[in-house]
Amino acid sequence: MAIITMREAISQALWEEMERDPKVFIMGEEVGVWGGTYAVTKGFLDHFGSERVRDTPISEAAIIGSAIGAAMAGMRPVAELMTMNFAFSAMDHIVNQAAKIHYMFGGQMRVPLVIRAPGGGGRQLAATHSQTPDAIFAHFPGLKVVAPGTPEDAKGLLKAAIRSDDPVLFIENATVYQQRGEVPDGDYTIPIGKSKIQREGKDVTLVTYSKMVPYSMKAAEQLAQEGIDVEIVDLRSLRPLDMGPVIESFKHTNRAVIAEEGWKSFGVGAEVSTRIYEEAFDYVDAPIQRVAQKEVPLPYNRHLEQLALPQVEDIIRAVKEVIK
Amino acid sequence: MEKQDYLELYHQMVLIRRLEETAAELYQKGDIGGFLHLYIGQEAVSTGILAARKEQDRVITAYRDHGVALNAGIPVNLIMAELLGKSTGVSHGRGGSMHMADVSKNFWGGHAIVGAHIPIAAGLALADKMEKRDGVTICMFGEGATNIGYFHEGVNLAKAWDLPVLWVCENNHYGMGTPPSKASAVSEIIQKACGYGMPAYDVDGMDVLAVKNMVEERLVEIRKGSGPQFLEVLTYRFKGHSMGDPERYRTKEEVNKFIENGPIDRFHKFLAEQKIASEKELGEIQQKADKEVEDAVKFAKESPEPADDTLFDNIYVEELEGGA
Repeated sequence: MAIITMREAISQALWEEMERDPKVFIMGEEVGVWGGTYAVTKGFLDHFGSERVRDTPISEAAIIGSAIGAAMAGMRPVAELMTMNFAFSAMDHIVNQAAKIHYMFGGQMRVPLVIRAPGGGGRQLAATHSQTPDAIFAHFPGLKVVAPGTPEDAKGLLKAAIRSDDPVLFIENATVYQQRGEVPDGDYTIPIGKSKIQREGKDVTLVTYSKMVPYSMKAAEQLAQEGIDVEIVDLRSLRPLDMGPVIESFKHTNRAVIAEEGWKSFGVGAEVSTRIYEEAFDYVDAPIQRVAQKEVPLPYNRHLEQLALPQVEDIIRAVKEVIK
Repeated sequence: MEKQDYLELYHQMVLIRRLEETAAELYQKGDIGGFLHLYIGQEAVSTGILAARKEQDRVITAYRDHGVALNAGIPVNLIMAELLGKSTGVSHGRGGSMHMADVSKNFWGGHAIVGAHIPIAAGLALADKMEKRDGVTICMFGEGATNIGYFHEGVNLAKAWDLPVLWVCENNHYGMGTPPSKASAVSEIIQKACGYGMPAYDVDGMDVLAVKNMVEERLVEIRKGSGPQFLEVLTYRFKGHSMGDPERYRTKEEVNKFIENGPIDRFHKFLAEQKIASEKELGEIQQKADKEVEDAVKFAKESPEPADDTLFDNIYVEELEGGA
């Protein structure tokens, strides 16, 4: 086991998959000479060359559209969007083309495409560059939406995404690229569509994913000091959504909090809590609590931005509310 | 060209005409649902293009795709079955009129979001270039599609990356009901190619041999490494944009002027005058096409509906535990 950052985990996954399969290539804005705007692909151009490390124009529909075409024709592109917010400029290609092509032509075509995109707020980039629109993309059958919360999962899931014959939106979070964690040695993959218990506990089921995983771990540590034992279920992918471990956990805690960085309305918490009510209503001891971003376009001002974003304290408060 | 080649071109154009006329009848009766965009009047375009391409050349088009599908070699039975939504349809009843494809025949659809397939075409060509195959991707779209962003992003990328694409703009004079004079910055669509530094040509799309010859020349040059080229094909649709078109934007006189000089009549006259085929032979081809379409209707009507338990087939390549 080595301890590496999220950025290194993602970078290693890309590097190893490109070494393993010559059909894997990366494309995106500044992935080459620049080395990635978040330095994820630093050194790739020198090693793999400009055919397989392709700097693109700032042209998101062309990036995702051409990546879809290349995937249909047998390549395995990993297209990087500089941020998730730019996915809207390629929305049709992501949800209306990539997600539909296999089904709509009766299974004839495959789109083994990975779209990597860092999302999330907290970097004072204001409203257009700070969103967490994960739930929107999870709405569409045909797309897989993966959003890891630890370096181990990031590496294993990205490798699985690259090997998948289906289109995968791989959501990263720019504020946790420096987060460190243990990663197994050697080649490994983690199957897409499996939730994971990141921390065992008996009092409350805390369901979360992505950046809110480290936040939830911090909250759980603090709550433990007060004698509250939190079980953390990391969804790891939003579609497919693996509710098995969530329901199992809920059946012994009878209380749940769902923490996400995106807005609450029509969000991941809405979906997960409804499924808990549908599948385990008899086990409910308290109304399920949701922790999410306040319903506002994120402001530039540091204080206001943090006020709008979900914090560790918000998770702690929600856990206490649910066990009251 | 041998006599048989001429007759085959004639046969294909007549077959498209019969298919479309029959489809219109079936639509009126309610046997075909959704939107139906007929290719009547434009038969010489796809017939000429597909006659010019080699096996390794990919073809991708927009939603007015029945003619291309036939020319690509999809049996009329499977096209008719798709129109009727049957399990035997070329897209297994999932795509319908606008989404036909047969990858085995290097026909990549049938795409119904205006212009969205243009960047995808660039990606198909990118894969061929990266894999050092000598195929050219032929991407067809209407003149209306040159006003949408996808067109500009797609052709820009193809030129920037020097991809082997032949862009074919089928200018049928109206994007739905709006002519380029009202919708496009330049009325001569070919001018748009100049902005992207591409060699640009135009051809009379009512003359099947002119289209074929022109496309053959373009493909030779692109195969030699010219980079992408642009071809504007001037054509006209005799029927409305789709079956629900009130056709208030053009006069009967205008339509009749084009019908009088239609692509099938013109080619018929050419074959007779040049004594390539007798009236009797051409009549036999017409009867053959009638019979083929008649048989196709029978085949389609007798084909089973897709079974209920196939509803979820092909959402993903990989089976997902517990559904999507």
